[in-house]
Amino acid sequence: MAFINLKSKVIQVKIVYYGPGRGGKTTNLEYIYRRLQQRIQAEMVTIKTHGDRTLFFDFLPFDIGLINGYHIKIQIYTVPGQVKYNATRRLVLRGVDGVVFVADAMTVRREKNIQALRNLQENLAIYKKNLAALPLVMQYNKMDLAEQGIPLLGTEVLEHDLNRELRAPHFPASASRGTNVVATLKKIISLSVAAVRKEFL
Amino acid sequence: MSYTLDQRQLDRIEEILKTELVDNGVRCVFLIDMAGNIVTNLDNGEKQHDIYSLAALAAGNFGAVSAMAKIIGENEFSLLFHKGTKENIHFNKITTEFLLITIFGNDISLGFLRLKVAESVDRLKKILEPLAASAS
Repeated sequence: MAFINLKSKVIQVKIVYYGPGRGGKTTNLEYIYRRLQQRIQAEMVTIKTHGDRTLFFDFLPFDIGLINGYHIKIQIYTVPGQVKYNATRRLVLRGVDGVVFVADAMTVRREKNIQALRNLQENLAIYKKNLAALPLVMQYNKMDLAEQGIPLLGTEVLEHDLNRELRAPHFPASASRGTNVVATLKKIISLSVAAVRKEFL
Repeated sequence: MSYTLDQRQLDRIEEILKTELVDNGVRCVFLIDMAGNIVTNLDNGEKQHDIYSLAALAAGNFGAVSAMAKIIGENEFSLLFHKGTKENIHFNKITTEFLLITIFGNDISLGFLRLKVAESVDRLKKILEPLAASAS
């Protein structure tokens, strides 16, 4: 639900990073914040537990300039990935315009990815939204761990598990190193803004 | 819910917020939706806040408190108030989709503020309620 202010000519677009706990959603946002610091006037907001896990959400707003005479304000949120925080995940999804699903490529997290995707679909259904109809980008994170000999799921396995029906654009990535973090962001922004333009402008 | 407000509606909303609240001493007032988007904001020019972060947190905060209300068997808590030493913040639900947030100092009494907020909410409802009915 992008909000369009016809008076000040501002469109606010809400993008949510979703995925299993410890998958790298906050790390994505921290990297974006560091990289785009000159363009982001606001502070990144994070609500964490004492153990440094996301409790409620992280939030990062920034402007991407003018499209058709409208200022586009992108608002990025992450959700807490831990299973017990489903109520807050649901709150953050309210009014979402685009989703990045950050999957954890470690073999031991295979089932957690599938559960988190199912959870996303269930939570969207509460708002009468269908993941297949929503701008979506898949990010297969932690690909750099292969160098340390940690067993990883291949892109084909992740595609089969998570994306065989959705067929969303996907990126192998390393959020901690910044590999494909900006590419993921650019893709979801372009898909979300295109969807908003199609609906409203 | 998708919705659009035209210039005339936004002008009327700003006029209500200005005459009822800012002209009566409120430092800063925001109308936001429950997704954390800012519909409009006005202030008395004294202080600039990071309004987008404030709106995101306010919507999250209100959502969290509403979830707490349901757990104890209440349908909702329709208003919230946080007291600081110099600044205070007051949240009031307008419709299921919209929230009015006011930031005010100790020079205004909470009772007076609540009265003014209640009057504003009644007037804002007339503009915002038809939106919910026509929204996709």
